[in-house]
Amino acid sequence: MPAMPAFSREIAWEDSLTPIDTAIKKKLADVALNAAKSKGATYADVRIGRYLNQFISTREKNVQGIGNTESYGMGIRVIANGCWGFAATDNMTTDGIARAAEQAVQVARVNAKIAEEPVQMAAQKGYGEVSWKTPIIKNAFEVPIKEKLDQLLSVNDIAMQNGATFVTSSLFLVNEQKYFASTEGSYIDQDIHRIWPTFTVTKTDKQSGKFETRDALSSPMGMGYEYLVPDATEQINAHFTLYRNRYDMKEDARLASLQVAEKIRARPVQPGKYDLVVDPTQLFLTIHESVGHPTELDRVLGYEANYAGTSFVTLDKWKSGNFNFGNKLVNVVADKTQPGSLGGVGYDDEGVKCKEWDIIKNGILVDYQATRDQAHILGLKESHGCCYADSWNSVQFQRMPNVSLKPGAASLKVMDMISQVENGIYILGRSSYSIDQQRYNFQFGGQLTYEIKNGKITGMLKDVAYQSNTQEFWNSVGAICDASDYRLGGSFRDGKGQPSQVSAVSHGCSTTRFNGVNVINTGRKI
Amino acid sequence: MAILHKEEALALLKKVLSYSKADECEVNLNGSVGGNIRYARNSVSTSGGVSTSTMVVASSFGKKLGIATINEFDDQSLEKAVRRSEELAKLAPENPEYVPFLGPQQYAESKTFVQATADITPKDRTDAVAESLKIAKEYKQIAAGFLEDSSAFAAMMNSHGLFAYRTNTDMAFNVTLRTEDGKGSGYVSKGYNDFRKLDVRKDTDTAARKAAGSAAARAIEPGKYTVILEPGAVAVLLENLVSGMDARSADEGRSFLSKPGGKTKLGEKLVDERVNIYSDPFHPELPTSTWAPDGRPQERISWIEKGVVKNLYASRYWAQKKGIKSIPGPDGMIMEGGKSTLEELIKGTAKGILVTRLWYIRSVDPQTLLLTGLTRDGTFFIENGQIKFPIKNLRFNESPIIMLNNIDELGIPERCVSGESTAHYVLPPMRLRDFTFTSLSDAV
Repeated sequence: MPAMPAFSREIAWEDSLTPIDTAIKKKLADVALNAAKSKGATYADVRIGRYLNQFISTREKNVQGIGNTESYGMGIRVIANGCWGFAATDNMTTDGIARAAEQAVQVARVNAKIAEEPVQMAAQKGYGEVSWKTPIIKNAFEVPIKEKLDQLLSVNDIAMQNGATFVTSSLFLVNEQKYFASTEGSYIDQDIHRIWPTFTVTKTDKQSGKFETRDALSSPMGMGYEYLVPDATEQINAHFTLYRNRYDMKEDARLASLQVAEKIRARPVQPGKYDLVVDPTQLFLTIHESVGHPTELDRVLGYEANYAGTSFVTLDKWKSGNFNFGNKLVNVVADKTQPGSLGGVGYDDEGVKCKEWDIIKNGILVDYQATRDQAHILGLKESHGCCYADSWNSVQFQRMPNVSLKPGAASLKVMDMISQVENGIYILGRSSYSIDQQRYNFQFGGQLTYEIKNGKITGMLKDVAYQSNTQEFWNSVGAICDASDYRLGGSFRDGKGQPSQVSAVSHGCSTTRFNGVNVINTGRKI
Repeated sequence: MAILHKEEALALLKKVLSYSKADECEVNLNGSVGGNIRYARNSVSTSGGVSTSTMVVASSFGKKLGIATINEFDDQSLEKAVRRSEELAKLAPENPEYVPFLGPQQYAESKTFVQATADITPKDRTDAVAESLKIAKEYKQIAAGFLEDSSAFAAMMNSHGLFAYRTNTDMAFNVTLRTEDGKGSGYVSKGYNDFRKLDVRKDTDTAARKAAGSAAARAIEPGKYTVILEPGAVAVLLENLVSGMDARSADEGRSFLSKPGGKTKLGEKLVDERVNIYSDPFHPELPTSTWAPDGRPQERISWIEKGVVKNLYASRYWAQKKGIKSIPGPDGMIMEGGKSTLEELIKGTAKGILVTRLWYIRSVDPQTLLLTGLTRDGTFFIENGQIKFPIKNLRFNESPIIMLNNIDELGIPERCVSGESTAHYVLPPMRLRDFTFTSLSDAV
């Protein structure tokens, strides 16, 4: 069961369907910008946020929770005396906004006394009045609650009919209605949607006292309710059916119930070196942890040293121009533009139009993820557009964009890849994951692990975890399936910062083979 | 909305309940005021003030429950929240696991509020950070840290006459010092109800000494080692044990406390007989709330006594169904220890590893409670009772249950903070045999 997102004020779901008028937001934003400037700010930006969430959770035949929440307010960020200041308010009156703007300037002035160096912002032109919306087909907030409940309870029924002992299922919906304005002349209105359907089936064996679970192989997506409408053209034919941009939750639950029973009977893995065939439902998380996080420039510079950590990808490695992050098959791009992705937006939270750029090219580290006040460190004239705040009352800072592994150029399907492996393990689904604070050493498990012998899947394994070093791992890539296998996986609640903030981000990849990776057996007796 | 006094909260809650037309209605009211300051690269990075307040209204008709939350407190908004919760309750399907709200309860007063913490100003925070930065510069190291504080109140009332109220204050300070060449790193994390207990200078100095001492670390072979875990490292492991002591999961056969044949390990010896773990709202070092969010009184509860599983927590529904005592989940965790200081534990170690902090803890196998994670910010090799040299960080795969069966010696318990959950506990440092490290990390 995933953790419930941190929601705030609840509202009737239908209230969320009427966006706040753009003209009103512009007027409120101008109050803040003018107040900040009048108090001496040399720069100011304003984010008016209306954050809507809906969650539904069920267990077997019971509905455990239905909720709609709304959070509405304004965050004001300024530069005064060369230092950042921030204040937020949900008092959206002219006086309330002006007071918050003044407070932000005061904070900047106090902080400037112990600041070491002035903020240097990359230039950014104002866009005037522009807008962007997630390209959804069906707004999930508009789907009646009953239809969503029926979907989840049907999933549970199917799981129970197919042998599950317990099942939980949930649906999370997010709509960020964000309005950004700055003293540089941008007024950006955005309507951002995300969806995450998921379940967990559990099988217990009363006699032995053993139990196993299998989580959904869905992904959180930057999509509407269309993600939950099955479509044969979005299916991947692998060892069993997998899903791209349309997810058949009921079929996955049926299969999960059969597979979880098989997990209880599975053979323990023999520790050793194996060639791993890693499905995107697992590999996305390895990309997230071992490539996405270490190339965040704020970590590299030490801003996260006290919490999330720093990075092994130090600036000297990037400057050398020959740091082999991976072998030549490894090409990693960052973007905030992929359709269906969690990170997909038109503009970031400091008004920079989003784009795509290379992080690793033919195995060589070529770039990082930066915000406006970091761009100069890389000699860049413009930001990558990686600024994000999880609420109007959180200060925006550098967050990970979508970071994706490019598919292989040559035609290669999953089962063809497996047929070429002599002694390997096929891994699907996210499970246990842990990595050190500089992103060298990691350990990952999967929801499903299958033994591969002489090109054939010979059965399910249990107690499998692979341990590796990031650079060694990405230099062990043997093959990458082609674009027909490319899928997005996502992290719905990636944590960073103090106070901690969450963000949602996708990672695209095709099934990838890694040669000679260390696998340990995690079975223990207590 | 500022912090409400008891009488103000009582009046507001009465007013909300007066709008109710449901079979039952329960209202929870929370408010907090606080601030934080963050620094990195020896300079302040962000800071802010945070004031939040929420009211949660739960209404039920029969076994149908609806919940609405607001953060506006004018009469119209209060009534709107009540009506909205009633509308949701009517839309919701009947929940067979619904249990009616509690009637009036007796609560002792919580000892969780300290005026000095409530009085912290932005200048106090900036002064504390300036002090910390001063130490960093003296050591020629680079500091990154975070200081936050809050004062808060919570109140609840329902249509059966239950009323509860409490106030509390909290603060937390954590700092990482790194050597300029990036080869050494040290960390300290502290948390109190009373801001006056914080000693920024001493704590930053400890982190600085750890950073200096951990530079030029040597690699050792992974394997089973005797370890001394400092209380913060103990916290991130044991919180997984105590938070998993749920009766329903154990009864349903999907917990490390489940046994073959459908039984549980309640009443059985699970770990070394020196292990005594409990929660106590009146512990002098870790006062916590005297009531749970659902209104059940919080009392001193022994979770593990002389190594035996003494109690499991349960929802009111599950307790009723199974005919067992309805115990809310623990708020805070206290483990008894021994009489040795950390230094004495080190002195008594022939060969072992001192662990300052454990990081990125994840469950690997819920059946055995196997966890993985890594050491961080100060890992040292001990020989003949002395710290000999710093060692590179290591990944572990270990279960708290196995670990608590391998106790060599327990030290003096102290208040500590989990780097994973940020929860506060009182735990001893401990020396353990055969702690399982499975690989090396180059991370500093």
